[in-house]
Amino acid sequence: MKYVLIGATCVILAFVFVVGSNYYKEQQSAKYGFMAEKNSELFIRDHSQTLGSDDAKVYLVEFMDPACETCAVFAPFIKKIMDANPGKIKLVLRYAPFHDGADNFVKILEAARMQGKYWETLDVMFKTQNVWASHGNWQPERLWEVLPRAGVDIKQIKKDMHSPAIAKIIEQDMADVKALNVQKTPGYFVNGKPLQTFGFKQLYQLIQSELDAKYPK
Amino acid sequence: MSQTDKSIDINWMLLFLCWLMVTVSATISVFFSSVLEYEPCVLCWYQRICLFPLIFIFATGLFPTFDKSVIKYALPLTIVGGLIAFYHTLLYAGIIPENIQPCSKGVSCTEKYFELFGFVSIPMLSFFAFSTLVTLLIILKRRTSK
Repeated sequence: MKYVLIGATCVILAFVFVVGSNYYKEQQSAKYGFMAEKNSELFIRDHSQTLGSDDAKVYLVEFMDPACETCAVFAPFIKKIMDANPGKIKLVLRYAPFHDGADNFVKILEAARMQGKYWETLDVMFKTQNVWASHGNWQPERLWEVLPRAGVDIKQIKKDMHSPAIAKIIEQDMADVKALNVQKTPGYFVNGKPLQTFGFKQLYQLIQSELDAKYPK
Repeated sequence: MSQTDKSIDINWMLLFLCWLMVTVSATISVFFSSVLEYEPCVLCWYQRICLFPLIFIFATGLFPTFDKSVIKYALPLTIVGGLIAFYHTLLYAGIIPENIQPCSKGVSCTEKYFELFGFVSIPMLSFFAFSTLVTLLIILKRRTSK
């Protein structure tokens, strides 16, 4: 009898917990879906760097930071999904430099964009992260050693990275980060729907469900 | 059914009530942090340290029959948890000024996440839970020391 009482309580609590969290997640999804319809500029700004066809019906918005290790790990994974679905997915990169000093790396990346070397620079930054950003120990001087691999003019970057236009981009993105309640990087939204539980498989499923919805077989 | 058997049953029920209280509280606490993604502040963490072990301490005291030594093991945790919750409630209400408290890094202990009926805050819920537990344990202590 005693065991049944305790066991039943545990089961009921676990049940309420699961139902409650599912309900909350559905509500959040609906809320963000509504925001994506009404305020699409929250997800994609004019300054936002994008990759993929303009005709794509699935928009993958990623809030990231060049110094974030998980973002670097996800980059090839996303590329693979995009390659497998040519023309159907558009990647939108937004900035969420949460850590102190992380905004400097965003500035370097945006300065490289002025030289037309955005994706090359991001690729080099991600691949050499262990050199200049291992375990939160950021060493920008070491980034300067590896960055020429992207074919950029370092002197020019050092000059451009402090431009007020770039500061404005970061400011705008951080404002949207707050509005969309992004708390960790990378933060993903697929056609406005947030990735509820983090993981490769979960992101793949979310993208796939949107692909199935927009491109019925 | 003798008189003692009945009293053991009541004691067991009271302890079960304690267990139910901490288990529900811990579930709500985890729901806040994991589902609603409210980041727990430093003081919340200290209260959680006092709260979570009680689930197992109370459960152990319930089996196979009521064990009164559970009171001795559980009281220090509930009292410490209650004191921290009391301090946190005062801090949150602005009765103690925030600049003398220890949590400046991360989430502020006065960050407003949730207020039930417009005034019941999370630290208040915690204080309510801990003080109820202390009361129940003291009642149990009186009953068993007779």
